[in-house]
Amino acid sequence: MIEQTKTPSKRSSAAKNWKKLVTAAMTLFAAAAAIIFLMPTVLTIANSFMSSSEISANYGAVFSTNESGGRTYISEKINLKFIPDMVTFSQYYTVLFKSPDYLLKFWNSVILVVPIVVFQLATAAFAAYGFARLKGRLKEMLFFVYIVVMLMPYQVTLVPNYLVSDALGLLDTRLAIILPAVFTPFSVFLLSKIMRRIPDVLIEAAKLDGAGEMQIFRYIALPLCKSVIASVAILVFIDYWNMVEQPLILLSDTSLYPLSVFLSKINAGEIGLAFAVATIYMIPTLLMFLYGEDYLVEGITYSGGIKG
Amino acid sequence: MAAVKKIAPKAVKECPPKEKKPKMKFRDKIFPLACLTPSFIGVMIFFIVPFIVIIYYSMVDNPINKDFVFLDNFISVLKNTAFKKAAVNTLKFSAMAVPLAVVLGMGLAMLLDSRIPFVSQFRTSFLCPMMVPVASVVLIWQVIFHYNGTLNEILMKFGADRVDWLKSDKAMIVIVVLFLWKNLGYNMILFLSALNNISKDQLEVATLEGAGRWYKFVHIKLRHLSPTILFVAILSLINSFKVFREVYLLTGDYPYDSVYMLQHFMNNTFRSLDYQKLSAAAIIMALVIVVIIGILFIAENKLGEDVEQ
Repeated sequence: MIEQTKTPSKRSSAAKNWKKLVTAAMTLFAAAAAIIFLMPTVLTIANSFMSSSEISANYGAVFSTNESGGRTYISEKINLKFIPDMVTFSQYYTVLFKSPDYLLKFWNSVILVVPIVVFQLATAAFAAYGFARLKGRLKEMLFFVYIVVMLMPYQVTLVPNYLVSDALGLLDTRLAIILPAVFTPFSVFLLSKIMRRIPDVLIEAAKLDGAGEMQIFRYIALPLCKSVIASVAILVFIDYWNMVEQPLILLSDTSLYPLSVFLSKINAGEIGLAFAVATIYMIPTLLMFLYGEDYLVEGITYSGGIKG
Repeated sequence: MAAVKKIAPKAVKECPPKEKKPKMKFRDKIFPLACLTPSFIGVMIFFIVPFIVIIYYSMVDNPINKDFVFLDNFISVLKNTAFKKAAVNTLKFSAMAVPLAVVLGMGLAMLLDSRIPFVSQFRTSFLCPMMVPVASVVLIWQVIFHYNGTLNEILMKFGADRVDWLKSDKAMIVIVVLFLWKNLGYNMILFLSALNNISKDQLEVATLEGAGRWYKFVHIKLRHLSPTILFVAILSLINSFKVFREVYLLTGDYPYDSVYMLQHFMNNTFRSLDYQKLSAAAIIMALVIVVIIGILFIAENKLGEDVEQ
């Protein structure tokens, strides 16, 4: 009995070893990739805890070329470091208490992005429900128009946006950015995919029970889509938190610029601060990621498949 | 959810499903139409109507005279050297970045799908870059890719020559890397969910019938993934037009020639407020995108023809 099973079990154990080896190699590879993916973020955060003299010593050779003032730095060498010589919060102290400019720009970002997310999702939730409930040729065509608008890049849509803002006298105000963003069809598209899955029977039943249309929307449709709404909100937030194109074209008053644009304009003399500002700027999105990764993944999964 | 559970069983009892759906009564349409209205008005005002105005603008000689010139503006845009450069660079970038984003995104998904440990930690780290604002990490990219930067230091240690990454034709490579860094996680998630939807039975049957890894990959996985491949390609294409962010934050208003993108061209044209040129350029781009996406759809239909849904 034992003799008979020996050969196959030997072969399978060799195969098992081979499999283990492959798994180990793949794990290592994934780990290396993960380090590369995380490195820039971790480095930014780590560098924000360095003193400004350490930063200029480390990166002087890079950023001194940005500067016209002709200041010379201590080192010609680049020294990319994960761990500061001495951990200090001095950069944060300066940003938070001594240079209100950065906080102002952070506030500019907030005041642009929060209304966009809130109102885009509010109009989109209604519109998506409308699309889900309506049937017929006309609705199909309109939905197609929404998809085409959604697929257009900023290079195309900014021209119409500019024309309208100009005509309405909104240029150079925050509304020039907020209003077109509110009506961007992205979240209508995503939400209508989930709203379409609400069974008709459910709505009919609610009607028989005497529920009004608004109640059906409020107490049946919305609760069913809660998690998708949250995940779409994350996607919309990160997209606009990153905005660069719109302010450059629609705002000529640089004092209204969000931090996403302003950060690149930090000059060489303040390079130490830049890391602290950069870190502060990622806090909202990183927190969302930390607490909402599953929502995010769900949202991305929902976005899959244009044909829906 | 609670409301749903309460109502659902009742529904089945009280109204048996009808044989054929009657046409929607207008009364039932009122509320959905009202729901749609705010969004519809917004889309009309901010996108559709001005786009029609743009079509008109693109065909007149200037906003004051309004002489009809038909295609003249288009021809002058297409002949414009800056536009040509920007268009070529953008297409070149998309042609490199999109296939890489699809293939590597799929690769990462398959890696995480192959029963290795720490899958959720890996997923988190691959996804992390998409949640980090570009502006925040741009400093690190500058430190790495600068002429005196880290990457060149490493190259010199191995005895290679330094490369001026941001101020030479190599800048395109840097931009592709930054694009992939940011977008691969998103694509990976899309592929992962598609991989999860492939029926395990089918794969097992194939294994029992002696199908090799390669056969299973090409004939089962790839076929089932084809709608996802299309979607990821379209998505990456759209995102590839957003790479201006990285280029702008990294190199400012006047980048090296090889990364002068269409958005740079638009920014400069906005500065001179040449409506005719802007309109014609926007329409050309819109047409190109519609054509490319159309081609992708047709390709996917051919590719995924025999996948049963």
